[in-house]
Amino acid sequence: MSTRLFGARIKRNIDPQLLRGEGSFIDDIPLAQALHVAFVRSPFARARINSIDISAAVAHPGVAAVYTCDNVGALDIEMPLLIPHSSMHDARTQRPLARDDVYYVGQTVAMIVAVDRYTAEDAAALVDVDYDPRDVEVDLEKAILDGAPLVHDTHEQNIAAHFVQVSGYPDSAIAQAEHVTKIRVQVDRSTAAPMECRAVAAQFDEVTGELTVWDGTQAPISVRGGLASIFKLDEDKVRVIAPNVGGGFGQKVLLFYPDELLVPMAAMQLGRPVKYIEDRRENFVGSSQERTQIHFMELYAKKTGEVIALRDSFLHDTGAFIPYGIAVAQVASTSIAGPYRIPNIWVEFKAIYTPTVPVTPYRGCGRPQACFAIERAMDQLADELGLDRFEIRRRNLIADHEFPYDREGLIFADGLKVSLDSGQYHKALAMMEERLDAPSFASAQAKARAEGKHLGLGLAFYVEGTGLGPYEGGHVRIHPITGKVYVNTGLTSQGQGHDTVFAQIAADQLGVKPEDVILVEGDTKAFDWGVATFASRAAVVSGNAIHKSAMIVRRKALQAAANMLEADVGDVELKDGAAWVKGTDRKVPLSAVATATNPLRYAFNEAAQAATQFAPASRHDGPSLDEGEHPGLEATDYYSPPCATWAYGVHGALIEVDPELCSVTIRKYVCIHDCGNMINPMIVEGQVMGGIAQGLGGAMYERIEFDETGNMLNANFVDFLVPYATEIPDVEILHLETPSPLNALGVKGVGEAGCIAVGAVVASGVEDALKALGGGKFRHTPITPSMIHAALDAA
Amino acid sequence: MKPSLFDYVAPRSVDEAVGLLKEDSGAMILAGGQSLIPAMNMRLASPSRLIDIQNIPGLSHITIGNGKIAVGAMARHREVELHDGVAAANPVLRAALGHVAHIPIRNRGTVVGSLCHADAAAEMPMILVLTGGSVQVAGSDGGREIAAQDFFQFHMTTSRQPDEMVVEAHFPALPPGAGFAFEEFTRRHGDYAIAAAGCILTRNGAGAVATVALAACGVSSKPLRLAAAEQILAGSRLTAADIKAAGDAACAAVTAPGDMHATAGYRKHLFATLVRRAVERAAARAQ
Amino acid sequence: MARGKIKPKLPQSSDDPRVSVKLTVNGEEVTREVSVRMLLSDFLRHELGLTGTHVGCEHGICGACTIVMDGKAARSCLTFAVQASGREIRTIESLADPDGTLHPLQQAFQDCHGLQCGYCTPGMIMNILSHLESDTEIDLSDAGVREILAGNLCRCTGYQNIISAVRRAADHMAPKAGQE
Repeated sequence: MSTRLFGARIKRNIDPQLLRGEGSFIDDIPLAQALHVAFVRSPFARARINSIDISAAVAHPGVAAVYTCDNVGALDIEMPLLIPHSSMHDARTQRPLARDDVYYVGQTVAMIVAVDRYTAEDAAALVDVDYDPRDVEVDLEKAILDGAPLVHDTHEQNIAAHFVQVSGYPDSAIAQAEHVTKIRVQVDRSTAAPMECRAVAAQFDEVTGELTVWDGTQAPISVRGGLASIFKLDEDKVRVIAPNVGGGFGQKVLLFYPDELLVPMAAMQLGRPVKYIEDRRENFVGSSQERTQIHFMELYAKKTGEVIALRDSFLHDTGAFIPYGIAVAQVASTSIAGPYRIPNIWVEFKAIYTPTVPVTPYRGCGRPQACFAIERAMDQLADELGLDRFEIRRRNLIADHEFPYDREGLIFADGLKVSLDSGQYHKALAMMEERLDAPSFASAQAKARAEGKHLGLGLAFYVEGTGLGPYEGGHVRIHPITGKVYVNTGLTSQGQGHDTVFAQIAADQLGVKPEDVILVEGDTKAFDWGVATFASRAAVVSGNAIHKSAMIVRRKALQAAANMLEADVGDVELKDGAAWVKGTDRKVPLSAVATATNPLRYAFNEAAQAATQFAPASRHDGPSLDEGEHPGLEATDYYSPPCATWAYGVHGALIEVDPELCSVTIRKYVCIHDCGNMINPMIVEGQVMGGIAQGLGGAMYERIEFDETGNMLNANFVDFLVPYATEIPDVEILHLETPSPLNALGVKGVGEAGCIAVGAVVASGVEDALKALGGGKFRHTPITPSMIHAALDAA
Repeated sequence: MKPSLFDYVAPRSVDEAVGLLKEDSGAMILAGGQSLIPAMNMRLASPSRLIDIQNIPGLSHITIGNGKIAVGAMARHREVELHDGVAAANPVLRAALGHVAHIPIRNRGTVVGSLCHADAAAEMPMILVLTGGSVQVAGSDGGREIAAQDFFQFHMTTSRQPDEMVVEAHFPALPPGAGFAFEEFTRRHGDYAIAAAGCILTRNGAGAVATVALAACGVSSKPLRLAAAEQILAGSRLTAADIKAAGDAACAAVTAPGDMHATAGYRKHLFATLVRRAVERAAARAQ
Repeated sequence: MARGKIKPKLPQSSDDPRVSVKLTVNGEEVTREVSVRMLLSDFLRHELGLTGTHVGCEHGICGACTIVMDGKAARSCLTFAVQASGREIRTIESLADPDGTLHPLQQAFQDCHGLQCGYCTPGMIMNILSHLESDTEIDLSDAGVREILAGNLCRCTGYQNIISAVRRAADHMAPKAGQE
């Protein structure tokens, strides 16, 4: 085999097409005579609907149809609870169009279908809805008090779920503690804000009975299953395609959004293609969000700083509905001890309904909150014990020889055990100490202070359970005419470069160039076994499935080529798109091998002539394919992980705070990162850097603002501050590669890694910078200039 | 996010435009559209008629003379920003224009449009107030000149009458030897100011302040001249105590309301800092 | 819509008044009758089929819809098609050679991994292009490049690789000594 592609910085296959403006995002797909959708959305956080008058909208020129809950037939349902769990009772999910009640500002009440979106919006304004608004409480801590207005009358104190997990023997460990640190931390509501908002288009062919749905989803196979089931169609008659998708970050893994059901319904009823292209305001008020959690953490330690027990009780805001179950809170609760040994854990959460946009995973999925809690608590413990922040971590980090390190009793979001499988935590911390020149930082800080500058060192360690099951598949096939390798898997890309990393995996086995590997994913007609893109799992789960399939195809190709070359299979190698007899110039192109393994009747090209039934090489007695033999060079295999594989990293920063402007400037940002073996370091670094930028958004800029009535005040990019290039610093990324022992490729996930630690790093750095001014504690993100001012004002 | 329907007209003269304004009280002038079109896309504004003035000859000029910079109603932010004559006559314009949104917006948006939009946190209205400028309007009863302090009434409200159109803005040149400064803070680059302060200052032979203008945006319902702070600085030798007193007086003169980007307390604290820095920087530049 | 059922009669177009718009797009003169309220972004994408220009916010903050109008970067979502009458528009589709060979700026984006989902990329590139092709010298310092990029949101890359791509493209596009 030629040089191994796994681990190489291969340029991305998909780029030229995207760069030329030839992408196929949903609104780019030409659908003749398509009708366009706009929604009437609730202006109230909680209200009773007295009546809906659609007559003016129906009469508006250019309107094809107006739907409310009364004329959507089988879609007048509560949508599915995707991930059931015993900690919830009577879990509430949304209706595609509201019936009787609305539960958040932005909830869909009626749907207009019109000749264009301009006209649809005109008509939406003509729908007259008579609401009877009710009292609301959007503050998480007040929402659980007795007497607080209820989102759902069925749920007292607005508690949607209550769950306790225990590892070890926290009670007896607590009794032996010599020091206890207590801390309250809070992370606020944010949103994924993908650059392409969500979009759905549907076309129904009444002649063939086929429904085609283009959906910017992370889970097309699951969407297909749901559509077939709800509309009572044969699965084979429903095709769901997720074409190019402009970022997802978890927001697009939720199914169903109302439009995902209503748009196909309208296309079937009206006999014309129908499109819903969500606009930015709708993405804010209608597509799911995440993050608000308030943790009350207690660390029980020895005088040495060794933490022997952890208690954490947290409130998790789930918004008005809980369609994705407790996943976010469960990931937070099982990540709560971070990279630390802490053998005894008691962790409890209450998921709380608030009359706001529903909460489902957003990149990080509970991990940023858990990391913020444990890392801020560790800093505080160090402070209270007079220890350095690196030292407190050194005394508690899991040592290399302790892997796999199981947290007995904790169940992760895949229903499986929490087992940190491998890592070099101490080495990572030592690298960070060196890169930040931490030993001399105190003197640098003192010197800067003498010059009127306030420098701080920020530090946070994180772990990330990645590569969750249940499974994914890989289908690999060498095309007989071109010799190109076709790869399919069931999940989808929203920019992660699957087409390149999966090509690297397959090309290594088959001896072809990565650009000759063509990946088709996210199309249920191409491959329809699998789950979805979420939880940093594509490289781990689909990657290993494709690796397994490619190995089977490789064996088949070697065997067939050995026959053609009249050589021992052990003497044949695959390289440069051909099978070679090692050490000779004797070869046969893969296209010919693929053709030859497919017994033909018709000779349509030169290679095919050699494969027809009457060609000398093919003539033999009996059937052309022996019993159990399959034509061509093709295989499908699957990978199902035994449990999550745990990536980790440590982030550090040198941060300057201007106490007059109350502004924060990041002077240096370093990330030490380990996601096991890297398939393509360029793509890994891109994922990490992008995650850090998103993390900085959450740490300093982005917060969804609700007023007391539950109205979102910043449902736009003017006031929801996604950072520009001017707000993001250069980041130095260093790698460790500790293979995962759980899968053949030794890989771990990386998609969410970058964002997890950033809030804790910034808080720790700002706190350190303002220490000499008595600036107090920073335990709440995003950290805004107003918060810094308040802290300094109180000093 | 699409605009509602409007009647579109593209007159060829100012008179015609003014006539069209008079006909329809719901009409609005469309110049660069960089504030109006987003508001229309969000359906926060739904003018019944848009009067597109881009085809009216003689509105795109930027001229320097008679001690002032005249900016026509179709002159784009970016053209004013890059105009070397403007920078020579009054560099505070270029300093402030660098803070107006981003270059692609400045390529389309007009200075006069920004003045007419009159956002209380916007830079150009404050610069008009700071420099003691004015706008020239054309109306069905003829034209008039409106001084900056009379033009801006409230957030997004001016004294322009519904049948009047601003055809030109006048920014006086910097006095000889004057120093200037424009200090703004935003949480994110290019956003409207959390607070901003501008200063133009001359010193006498002894180094004391001879004349001073101080103005602010983002801290009140309209751009403001800071008269009390100016009085403290007039004749001052710019001691730290005087500058601090000016900052405090400036703060006392503004409401600095709290919003999602800044608490009232922070905005005042920030504003006092910006005023101090603006005075210090202008003083350092003054000859 | 079941087989054998008569198709419902549905409207074909809105009642919006139409206006004739004549402009040059990527060197080609085009004339279309469109609604007065049609945004230039929708005009390019849906009237002309140039879907490389993307729409991200429709209020001027994200920059995904940036095109070059009369040599200057502009937001196509903050311009009515009718305002573009008589003007010269360039979109992302004009950059690569007819055989698909990437423009040096596009190539630099690929070389530097300056894109992930690719949604912001066309707007980002058209904005950068307007600077690289302008007469004004551009500041290639870190702060200078970040200033150019400010106004275009990217949610995937964290910008670092885009900054590298701008520098690389500036280097490739600079006239070599002896030429010009």
